[in-house]
Amino acid sequence: MKNIPISAMIGLFFTGIYFLMAVFAPWIAPYGMAEVVGDVWEPSSSEFLLGTDSIGRDLLSRMIYGGQTTIFIATAATILSFTLGSVMGFFAAVSGGWVDQTLSRFVDLIMSIPSLIFALVVLSVMPTTVPILILLMGLLDSTRVFRLARAVAVDITVMDYVEAARLRGEKIGWIIFRETLPNALSPLVAEMGLRFIFAVLFVSTLSFLGLGVQPPQADWGGIVKENKEGINYGIQAALYPAYAIATLCISINLVADWILNRTTSLKGGRG
Amino acid sequence: MTEPLLKVRGLKIGATAYPPGEKPVAIKIVHGVDFDLEAGKVLGLIGESGAGKSTIGLAAMAYGRGGVEITGGEVWVNGRNILKENLRNLRRLRGAEVTYVSQSAAASFNPAKKIMEQVTEAAIFQNKFTKSEAEARAIELFAKLGLPDPETIGNRYPHQVSGGQLQRCMTALALCPEPDLVVFDEPTTALDVTTQIDVLAAIKEAIVATGVAALYITHDLAVVAQVSDHIMVLQQGDMVEYGTVDQIINHPQEDYTKALVSVRSIDHQEKTPTDTPVLRVENVTARYQGTNFDVLKNINVDIHPGQTLAVVGESGSGKSTLARVITGLLPPSDGQITFDGRVLNPELATRPIEDLREMQMIYQMADTAMNPRQTVGTIIGRPLEFYFGLKGKAKQKRIQELLDEIELGDGFQDRYPAELSGGQKQRVCIARALAAKPKLIICDEVTSALDPLVADGILKLLLNLQKIEDVAYLFITHDLATVRAIADSIAVMYQGKVVRYGPKSQVLAPPFDDYTDLLLSSVPEMKIGWLEETIESRRMESAGN
Repeated sequence: MKNIPISAMIGLFFTGIYFLMAVFAPWIAPYGMAEVVGDVWEPSSSEFLLGTDSIGRDLLSRMIYGGQTTIFIATAATILSFTLGSVMGFFAAVSGGWVDQTLSRFVDLIMSIPSLIFALVVLSVMPTTVPILILLMGLLDSTRVFRLARAVAVDITVMDYVEAARLRGEKIGWIIFRETLPNALSPLVAEMGLRFIFAVLFVSTLSFLGLGVQPPQADWGGIVKENKEGINYGIQAALYPAYAIATLCISINLVADWILNRTTSLKGGRG
Repeated sequence: MTEPLLKVRGLKIGATAYPPGEKPVAIKIVHGVDFDLEAGKVLGLIGESGAGKSTIGLAAMAYGRGGVEITGGEVWVNGRNILKENLRNLRRLRGAEVTYVSQSAAASFNPAKKIMEQVTEAAIFQNKFTKSEAEARAIELFAKLGLPDPETIGNRYPHQVSGGQLQRCMTALALCPEPDLVVFDEPTTALDVTTQIDVLAAIKEAIVATGVAALYITHDLAVVAQVSDHIMVLQQGDMVEYGTVDQIINHPQEDYTKALVSVRSIDHQEKTPTDTPVLRVENVTARYQGTNFDVLKNINVDIHPGQTLAVVGESGSGKSTLARVITGLLPPSDGQITFDGRVLNPELATRPIEDLREMQMIYQMADTAMNPRQTVGTIIGRPLEFYFGLKGKAKQKRIQELLDEIELGDGFQDRYPAELSGGQKQRVCIARALAAKPKLIICDEVTSALDPLVADGILKLLLNLQKIEDVAYLFITHDLATVRAIADSIAVMYQGKVVRYGPKSQVLAPPFDDYTDLLLSSVPEMKIGWLEETIESRRMESAGN
């Protein structure tokens, strides 16, 4: 771990800060999440580092608690989508034939509906709770992961070592998890960084539209929504979540690049 | 003395390697090579992969491929040191004075353009000829190279001619601008043996007729002996020996050259067939799904326990398909296969595990036959665990035994395939097959991708293991020298049929059928003048024409 490139260091540093803030939010935040502590849209001061929001809550505390919600939902949805998407993708590629056809065409069907519209329809009839949000985002994103995983796995399953495993009489589980998965990991890790960011954006969008995380619980999309009127008066409150999403996005991808570089090595990462 | 056409002095070539996650490392490919080439002469560059032959060939055009850099020395062409020339002048040189013929014509031609356009491109670009002159010259060259319909073949697209024809088109391309020097980079290596001889003869005739000088790069000493005046033997970027063809072939001085000359001199006594074959293929006919063409037509062969059946033929003859049918990857449409006294299920999925264990396979490309993410220990250990339930210490011990058997020894268990050389990889694949304690191993072109000396080592190992383990081999190959070295019986395949089958001594003894005669006579021999003699006495045209 000695020679981590500088870009990965920066990425690790910022990603680390965001995740630590998310985990330890109640201890770090100077005020409570929904506590009204000052005037409406107070400018930043030593008392309120980022100022206050549209109803006088401390914006820094809102950002920290909001980060916790957003990052938690995005992480859970990404894990769900990757587990489901890649296992199903590999399964389709390794099985081939009608299994592959059925799964792939079903995924095409889901993908043909714009995911935001799909999510809005589902959320308008389902209760908008955090588990439902995670489940919905995870399932929608898993179609993208399925596509990628299947495409990568199709290239791998024609290799001689997979044929050798079949000739040995190996079951599908071994072929998926021991022969295919380790060789498909690099593109999947790269995709994971991107997918996580899309999940952050997606949950923020839903909250902005009022169908995501419900008030008074804070999340980055919701903070934009609550403070968007302020932009007309030159108040920055609505822009802080945007800064947060942008920096998180860049740093996560810097880390993903570095992991990708390490996992591409065919010598077990030891040169 | 007149100045030679090409004069190379102290040529040093290097490259930068980028191991992932580490600092770039400078590596040396060629460490100081000197040679001269007179106008109209042919110099053969010979060596194993990594010897720097192609790199030296390209240096004659002052070019380094893919990050390769010429770091020192001088290359004089027609009295100019071309390493000092700027890019503009090099453009006048490349494609006019020096041209290049690559190994894979199929990968080098642009599939979207007609052959004529590509053959004449350099000559027109360099203002050597007008379009009509260049086309006339191309047609003349097509005729000289023995291509069918020289008048019209240029109007075809690259995929509309065969591999051997395309390779000759590329030779025409290189000769079209009337260069002083042509670099031939393994022009016949990718071709079938019966096609190779035709292309070789065509290239030689064209060289003689046009009086061009050539650098002929190959790993096959027998091939280079047919076309060259001088030979330079290279090993890992150093010159080992330089001399006339006669000196190198008949009186080699250095040990390395002697080893190259005496390659494939394995002495193997043919065994007599037993009463009960371990594998019997009866009346097998097979076709691929969705086609209406039988790839295998009524095949009958036997393999006897502890013996080797060699299946020889050109690409497309159905050799590998036969292996797929035997392993169950492609169920035959007719006929049956008996293994060790029991009839095999046609489908792989329905075969009992014992059948799978007793029949193992070794592939041509060891690189793709091993999972790059598994260590050697895992690769060899898996069959032990899977078939015999070996675990922990017992498994470790057996893996080490197998590694000793394939002459690799300690310290290999934790390595990844990327950390092995080509020969070592193939040895690990052999160990994986042996781990299952099979009765039959199918070897699909296992030595084709290896350098001659390494391939020799693998063949010796296989013969040795056959003695120890009493395993039978089905040896698929296109290389008759390999067959001579290891077979007990031979099946010659041609267009999906077995045209000749029997014990080695019978198959390789006259009288021959036409195809076997063609196949046998096409294998280059390390003898000066072999090419001309053989072309004279041919009875059958090869499929490449």
